Amino acid sequence: MQIYLPIADLPVNIFLVLGMGLAVGFISGMFGIGGGFLMTPLLIFIGISPAVAVASVASHIAASSFTGVLSYWRKRALDVALALMLLSAGIVGTAVGVWLFTKLRELDQLDLMIGLSYVTLLTAVGGMMIWESVRAELRTRKGLPATLRRPGSHTWLHGLPFKLRFKRSKIYVSAIPVWAIGFTIGFIGAIMGIGGGFLLVPMLIYFLRVPTATVIGTSMVLTLVTMASATVMHAATNHLVDVILALILMVGGVIGAQFGVRTGQKMRGERLRLLLGLLVFAVGLRFAIELVVSPEDLFSLRHVRTE
Amino acid sequence: MRRLALILAIMQVAVPASAERLVVSLSNHRVAVTSSFVGEDLVLFGTVEPDTARAPLRPPYDLVVTVTGPRETMRTRRKKRVLGVWVNTDTREFVRVPSYLSILSNRPVADIASQDILRRLQLGLDNFLLPQRFGSDLGDSARDDPFRLAFVRLETQQGLYREGSTAVTFLTPTVFRTAIPLPANVPTGNYAIDVKLFANGAQAASANSALEVIKTGVEQYVADAARDRGLLYGLVTALMALLIGWFGSVVFRRD
Repeated sequence: MQIYLPIADLPVNIFLVLGMGLAVGFISGMFGIGGGFLMTPLLIFIGISPAVAVASVASHIAASSFTGVLSYWRKRALDVALALMLLSAGIVGTAVGVWLFTKLRELDQLDLMIGLSYVTLLTAVGGMMIWESVRAELRTRKGLPATLRRPGSHTWLHGLPFKLRFKRSKIYVSAIPVWAIGFTIGFIGAIMGIGGGFLLVPMLIYFLRVPTATVIGTSMVLTLVTMASATVMHAATNHLVDVILALILMVGGVIGAQFGVRTGQKMRGERLRLLLGLLVFAVGLRFAIELVVSPEDLFSLRHVRTE
Repeated sequence: MRRLALILAIMQVAVPASAERLVVSLSNHRVAVTSSFVGEDLVLFGTVEPDTARAPLRPPYDLVVTVTGPRETMRTRRKKRVLGVWVNTDTREFVRVPSYLSILSNRPVADIASQDILRRLQLGLDNFLLPQRFGSDLGDSARDDPFRLAFVRLETQQGLYREGSTAVTFLTPTVFRTAIPLPANVPTGNYAIDVKLFANGAQAASANSALEVIKTGVEQYVADAARDRGLLYGLVTALMALLIGWFGSVVFRRD
């Protein structure tokens, strides 16, 4: 059944889009991530322009992360103070990202920028995750504990000024790295149409030593607010959010996530991280190939304005 | 005798425009883009009639129908390899060109009239004026300009530009019909239809018609809201996301 998307200005098969929402929702539930890094490329693949895809996926991630936030909230597994701190910088990052997004579109370099960011970020993060989990796997084979993380250890980040205490997470850190992380995630999210959960969780663990109990819930709060505000900002400045497309994706995503969570809970953490790493890396690689391989058509069109 | 022949020859040249008259009719003047819109073919038919009761008809006739959609400004970009990566390096702006352009005829336009006439009347994709911006000037480039070729090719691939050289059918020597194909991605707005009749390589008559493509219902509402009230539209979308997220957590609650 075809449905016409009013902003993307093309008809799509409603079941195809719903299926994509379900599949990405399943993966996002399984790994506790938003899934934007999969959804945006999929939408581009079925013919939706990168700009509309990035802007519309933001609202889809907002929906699925809100489901997550509510369930973590009920379990008291999120740190509101830390989330608010990250957010204050995250919104600034989002605003700068949306501004740059508009500028790059005017310069005809948006598609390149989206492609390059995907390649660098996804291959780097994916590679790191694979490396980490393979090492952990090898250690368990030898009968050693899987992780080497020492929660009590201090890095140079702990020597920075403006220290704050976050009670729920039981950490005492400087506000500077917290703001830097929040800004980065907000910025990247607006440019790439991703929530950044797969980046934020490792950052919070490695840089701020946030305990696993509160890390996913807190990261989801940040994802929720940056993506909700990215939706509003993209709609207000670029007029590119397709509400019909977003609605279909949201419904699929929310349902798919429920099944993903159940599958994820049955798997071991290390195995799960290896799978996610492979997935992230594969998506990054696909973008790399696209940038390097000679395109079928050297020319492309962009609508400037209707007269 | 020779003088009479000369006078007749002059009349042949001067009078033709008033010798025939075109009567055209379109199957539908308003096309509504709904949520299930997958494109539509409009039928245009008409007849060639003598302009005055005693004017003679001079078949065989040729017919060229030009349908132009609302004007828009487009940018054509060309990629080049920079440091191993493909980057848009050159761009050209096509200013106020039709967002939809169909040129339908009963045989290739090049066979219908001389190149001069085709150029003047802008008949055929090659002869249609597609102004590009050169600095502060506007001008159509040569027909074999790579950007112009690419622009026409990409628009054709999307089904928005088309040259149908056998799209017009003469049912009798004076009755014709053609189908105007509107693809699923047809832009909304006002369309002009220009019909030109040729006899012996010269224009014999012309007629105009128009059609309108509109979004209706939800599509119209959404598109208008997104354009005119972006902030409110964004807030509503974000709120909808929260509502669906909340709904999901309630429906699938397991604790």
